[in-house]
Amino acid sequence: MADHESSYQPSTGFEKWFDDRLPIIRFSKEHLMDYPTPKNLNYWWTFGGILAMMLGIQIVTGIVLAMHYTPQANLAFDSVELIKRDVAGGRLIQAVHSTGASMFFFAVYIHIFRGLYFGSYKAPREVLWMLGVLILLLMMATAFFGYVLPWGQMSYWAATVITNIFAAIPVIGDPLLQLLRGGFAVDNPTLNRFFSLHYLLPFIIAAVVALHIWALHVPGNNNPIGVDVKSSRDTVAFHPYFTMKDGFAMVVFLIPYAWLVFFAPDILNHSDNYIMANPLVTPPEIVPEWYFLPFYAILRSIDFPLWFIDSKLLGVIFFGASILILFFVPWLDRSKVRSGTFRPLFKPFYWLFVLNFLMLMYLGTQSPSIWWVPALGKIGVAYYFIYFLIILPLLPRFEVTRPLPASISESVLRPART
Amino acid sequence: MIQKKNILSALVTGLLLATAPVMAQDNAAAPAAPASAPATTTNSGPAANSTTPESTTAQPQSSQGGNQANPTAGNNANAPSQPGTGAQSSSPATGAAGTSPSTNNAEQGATSAGPVEPVNLGEAQVPTQSWSFAGIFGRYDQNQLRRGFQIFKEVCSNCHSANLLSFRNLGEPGGPEYSAAQVKALAATYTVADPSAPGGKRPALPSDRWPAPFATEQDARDANGGALPPDWSVLAKARGAKREFPWWVFDYFTTYQEGGPDYIHALMTGYHEQVPAGVTNADGTPFKLPEGKYYNDYFPGHAIGMPPPLSDGLIKYEPGADGSTVPETVDQYARDVAAFMMWLAEPGLDSRKEAGFRVITFLLLFAVIMWMVKRRIWSNVEH
Repeated sequence: MADHESSYQPSTGFEKWFDDRLPIIRFSKEHLMDYPTPKNLNYWWTFGGILAMMLGIQIVTGIVLAMHYTPQANLAFDSVELIKRDVAGGRLIQAVHSTGASMFFFAVYIHIFRGLYFGSYKAPREVLWMLGVLILLLMMATAFFGYVLPWGQMSYWAATVITNIFAAIPVIGDPLLQLLRGGFAVDNPTLNRFFSLHYLLPFIIAAVVALHIWALHVPGNNNPIGVDVKSSRDTVAFHPYFTMKDGFAMVVFLIPYAWLVFFAPDILNHSDNYIMANPLVTPPEIVPEWYFLPFYAILRSIDFPLWFIDSKLLGVIFFGASILILFFVPWLDRSKVRSGTFRPLFKPFYWLFVLNFLMLMYLGTQSPSIWWVPALGKIGVAYYFIYFLIILPLLPRFEVTRPLPASISESVLRPART
Repeated sequence: MIQKKNILSALVTGLLLATAPVMAQDNAAAPAAPASAPATTTNSGPAANSTTPESTTAQPQSSQGGNQANPTAGNNANAPSQPGTGAQSSSPATGAAGTSPSTNNAEQGATSAGPVEPVNLGEAQVPTQSWSFAGIFGRYDQNQLRRGFQIFKEVCSNCHSANLLSFRNLGEPGGPEYSAAQVKALAATYTVADPSAPGGKRPALPSDRWPAPFATEQDARDANGGALPPDWSVLAKARGAKREFPWWVFDYFTTYQEGGPDYIHALMTGYHEQVPAGVTNADGTPFKLPEGKYYNDYFPGHAIGMPPPLSDGLIKYEPGADGSTVPETVDQYARDVAAFMMWLAEPGLDSRKEAGFRVITFLLLFAVIMWMVKRRIWSNVEH
C-alpha cells in the first residue's frame, strides 16, 4: 500500500547516492518484501504467484524453442520433431512448454473463479479485475497462435476454424479474415504471422501483469472474508510470510506438472496433430484444446438466427460476449458484501455456475449431431448469461447476508464457519 | 477415429501397468545383427516381397492406380525423378484430390473412384494390449525393438518411409542399441543420393536418414493403387483410441499413452479375406468393398488400401541373446512392429521416464522442506 512508511534505510554511501537517483531498491523492498498482506489469505490466493511462475516458464522455454523452430510451412512440422529428437534437452523443453500452456490455463481458471467467489472484482479493485480479463484474452490469443505452430492437422484446421469466426462479422469480416490469414486460406503467411505474434504477445502479457500487480498494490489484497484491512494487526509482511507460502504452493503445483511432462507428455494432445498439416484432408473431428472448450461450446450451441442476425454471427456474438461480459462484472454484482462466504443465496448459484462451466467444457468435446448436445448447450449458455445479467444484479434484493466479522484479526481468532 | 466404449478392461490393464512394472513382453528372440544376411523372408504375403532395400517388387496389383508395380521404384528412392517417370500409369486420384477436401484417412489416400463416403460405423473396439513400455515404470524391450526393426526393414520399409529415422538412431541408448560397427555396416548396404558424390549416389553413413522407398508422393501412390503409405516417423502417435468420459480421467493417473500401438496391433490382426456377413453402411445397405481395397475391422471405414502385410511364419526370427524365442505369428509380429513404431515416434521414452523419477522425487522432498519452513515461519502468526 502506498500509505505505509518505507522501512528502507540505505546503509552505505553508494546506496544512498543511488537511492536519490533511482529508488529501485527502495521500490523493491516496499513492494516485494514489506508489502502488507492480509494474514488470512488461503491457498486459493497462491495461484497469482503460480501464474507469474508459469508466465516465466513459458517465456524462457519459448525463447529456447524459437531458437530451433522453423516457421515455414514445409519445415515447421519436422522442425518440432527434430527439437524433440536432436536438440539437447529438446524433448523436455518442448514438453514443458506445450504442457505448460495447459497448466497455465488450469491455474488462471482457478484464479478467476477464486475472484468470482470472494468478490475480488468489487470496488476498489475494478481496474485490477479488468486488467486480469485483458490478460485472459491475451493468453487465449497467445495459446491459439502457439497451437498453430507445430503445423499438424489439428493446428491447421484450428487455425482455419478460428480465423473463420471473424468472417461472420458484417462488412469488415472478409477483409479481416484475409488480413489474419495473410491470404485466402491458411498457409505459410499465416504461420509466419502467427509465429511473430506468438513471440510478441507474451511480453505484452508481462507488461499487463506488471499493471495488474500495480493495481493490486494500490488497494491491497482482497481476502477470504472480504473485510477491508483495518490495522497493521490484520496484515503480515509479504516476505517472508507469503514468499514462503506461495513458494510452497508453486513447488506443489510443479508435481502434477512434472508428472505430465515426464510420464504423459502427449496426453493433452490430439493424435491428429502428429499428422502434418494437409489442406486437402479434413480431420474427422476438429476439437480445440480443453481450455477453449466452454467458449467453443457456447459458439456452437447458438444454431438459430435472431431477427436479421444469422445463426453464425449470433454464435460469434455470444462467444465474444461470454468473455467480454467479465469486464462488467464489477458493476453487475450489486451486493455490498464481497465474500461469498457470507452470502447464503449466492453460494448455490455460484457453484451451479462452476458446474455449468464444466458442463459446457464437456459439451465442447461432444459431437453436435447427438440430440442432447445442442439442447444442453443452450441451457448452459442461458445459465452462463443469466448468472451475470440477472442473478448477480438482482440477488442482493432478496439475500440476507450473514453478519461480517469486525476485522480480519477478529475472524482469525473466532472463525465464522458455515 | 476409433470409438472405444469398453474402456473398463483397458482401465484395469492400465492401472496394473502403472502400478507394477509388468514386463509383459518376453525378452526373447532378437534378430542378429541388422546387417546380417537378410534372406530369411518367405514371400507369402502379398506385399512382403523384397529382402533387400534395392529390390522392391510386386506391389498390390488389383487396384486401378498403378496397374503394374514399378520394379524400379526402390531404386528411384533417392534420385530426383520427373513426375510420371516412376510409373507407367498415373492414378486419377491426384486430380480428384486437388479439387475438394476429402475426409478420407491418409492410408485411404485420395482414392481413384471418387470420394469414398466415410463409413464410421461398426468399427470394432481396439483391444488394449500390454506393452513393456506402458506406465511410469515401462521401458522398451530391446529384443522386441530389434524384432520390430527386422519386420520394418524386411517388409514395411518397401512401401513406408521413415524420414526422421537416421541410421545412428539404431545405436542410441533406449532403442534397439545395435553396436556402432553394426550400424555402420547396416548403413553401408543402403544407397543414398548425394549430389557431391561421383554419380550422385554413395553408400549411406550412420548420420544419413533412412532412404525412402519412393522418390515422390506420386511415385508412392502410383505403386500402391493410388493410396499413399504414410510416413512412419511419428505414426504411432498419430493414431489412437478415443476415450470417453470419465475413463480418460484415469488415463492421467495410469499415463495411458499406448492407444497408437494398440491400434497398430489391432489393424495388423484385423484383416478379413472377405467382408464379414452383416456389415452394412450407415443407411443399412450392404457394405461393398471398393475394388483394390481390403477389409479391416479397425480401419475407419473398413476399406484399407494396404494389403495384409503379415502372415504366420513370414519372418524368421533369430533366437534372442539368451536363447529364448517367440512365436512367429501375425499376432507376435504385430506386437513387435507396433513396439518398434512407438520407439520410432518416441525414441527418448526410457530416459524421459528415468528423469521423471528423479525430478518428481526431488519435488516431493523439496515440497516437504518448504512446508516445514512455511509452518515454522507462520508459527507465530494467528491466521
